[in-house]
Amino acid sequence: MDISQSKQICVIGAGQAGAQAIFSLRQGGYEGAIKLIGEEPVPPYQRPPLSKAYMKGEFAEERLFFKPMAWYEDNNVDLILSTRAEAIDRAARRVSIENGGHVDYDALIIATGSRPRTLPVKGADLSGVYDLRSIADVERIKPGMSEGRKMVIIGAGYIGLEAAAVARQMGLEVTVVEMASRVLARVTSPVMSEFYTTEHTAQGVTILTDARLSHLEGQNGQVTEAHLADSTVLPADIVLVGIGILPNEEIAADAGIACNSGIIVDRDTHTNDPRIFAVGDCARRPLVHYGRQGRLESVHNAIEQGKLAAAAILGKPRPAEDCPWFWSDQYDLKLQIAGLSEGYDEIVVRGDPEDRKFAAFYLKNGTLISVDAVNAAPEFLASKKLIIAGVKVAPERLNDTSISMKEIAVTALNG
Amino acid sequence: MAKIIYVDHEGTERTVEATNGETVMEAAIKNSIPGIDADCGGACACATCHVYVDDAFMEKVGGQEEMEQSMLDFAENVKPNSRLCCQISVSDDLDGLKVTTPESQH
Repeated sequence: MDISQSKQICVIGAGQAGAQAIFSLRQGGYEGAIKLIGEEPVPPYQRPPLSKAYMKGEFAEERLFFKPMAWYEDNNVDLILSTRAEAIDRAARRVSIENGGHVDYDALIIATGSRPRTLPVKGADLSGVYDLRSIADVERIKPGMSEGRKMVIIGAGYIGLEAAAVARQMGLEVTVVEMASRVLARVTSPVMSEFYTTEHTAQGVTILTDARLSHLEGQNGQVTEAHLADSTVLPADIVLVGIGILPNEEIAADAGIACNSGIIVDRDTHTNDPRIFAVGDCARRPLVHYGRQGRLESVHNAIEQGKLAAAAILGKPRPAEDCPWFWSDQYDLKLQIAGLSEGYDEIVVRGDPEDRKFAAFYLKNGTLISVDAVNAAPEFLASKKLIIAGVKVAPERLNDTSISMKEIAVTALNG
Repeated sequence: MAKIIYVDHEGTERTVEATNGETVMEAAIKNSIPGIDADCGGACACATCHVYVDDAFMEKVGGQEEMEQSMLDFAENVKPNSRLCCQISVSDDLDGLKVTTPESQH
């Protein structure tokens, strides 16, 4: 079998990773058939603005789309939208789709993404309770987002806090309910949690930590209250749920493809079936700069794995793997994150959080493994280079703002 | 509307009709202009839409904000006419704008 001789490629999932694979296949000279199966009624679009500028109404819908419809026609990409892929028959090399149709493949890219975790409480099905994942979700939420209305956000992760910032700027009364003892507990350090709590509180958001949702109450099918385990009752016109996502791996697992909280892939995005690749949120991949495997929920990962899959299928050299990176916009704060901080043994803060311009560096055995940079692009960009190089960086230089990040990077890289 | 001319590092020119209000980056991505990655989709978070602006248009494209400046500070092969094209909005004034892409965005 020579995968580079593929005549027909099927992609399941019209998110950023699936779209990138297609763009890179065509850019790389692949001329065979491409069929893209997507559940949503629209062509691939970028999701980050959904909880930011788009939600606020400052970003027109057509700007969300990576390519105009004409691109798919001109590039002979067959979009099968509003359609769910049902099953993969590996022996027949065929994906069955809802309503009885099917798509045959020589190579298959699974880019099924992830889905929001649902609230396991009574009242979760009331009207006015929303997830935030798709354009359709935002279209449902937006009409109710007017001044003075009460929004309760369950979960103080990035989605929850970004939505809180937008809602607050639109004049809503916002309460964030977080089960853990601090915001962003799953993804960052206490330093950053404290900073974002202070910021949101100053903006008028109420943040409740160590707070467990008991259930939601409603009238005539519409949510009206969120009840917490400690008997607190929060009036609510809108409840937004941002408690994490789950990989859509079932279609792969059901076909006997190895999964473990994510479809297991190698550096080239191969699954354990040589004709099947998995990319994006749904994939559990090697994290080459960290010597372990993991699932990344990010734009960087979607783009990188889309490119890796295309290169693997076309028989081209593997593109260099970047260190993971992320960003989050809240109010006028741009947070840029490089690397993964899990397992750090030292934090160095550069600058003063009170200036709303600072960075927290995470080191392990003296090596920089991650940075959270708030309105501090040089700290972010220099750290990316240092993390990939895997070099030791002197903590006393990192927190000395009289030395530029450029100088710190050059010294460490040449040291 | 404005005609934007993208020149790749080998000198090949590609002309695109861009709509007012979209960015020079978005017009490039929609028209599959090679040499512009724009990984973050225009959030000024990644510095992969670096271009060199034709000198005649340097004033018309406006100034850089602080975030863009510091992002560019770490890009490769930066010149005085370097910009991140996600931060340049298309308007009638930019008709005929010529931008050149660097050999690599990484």
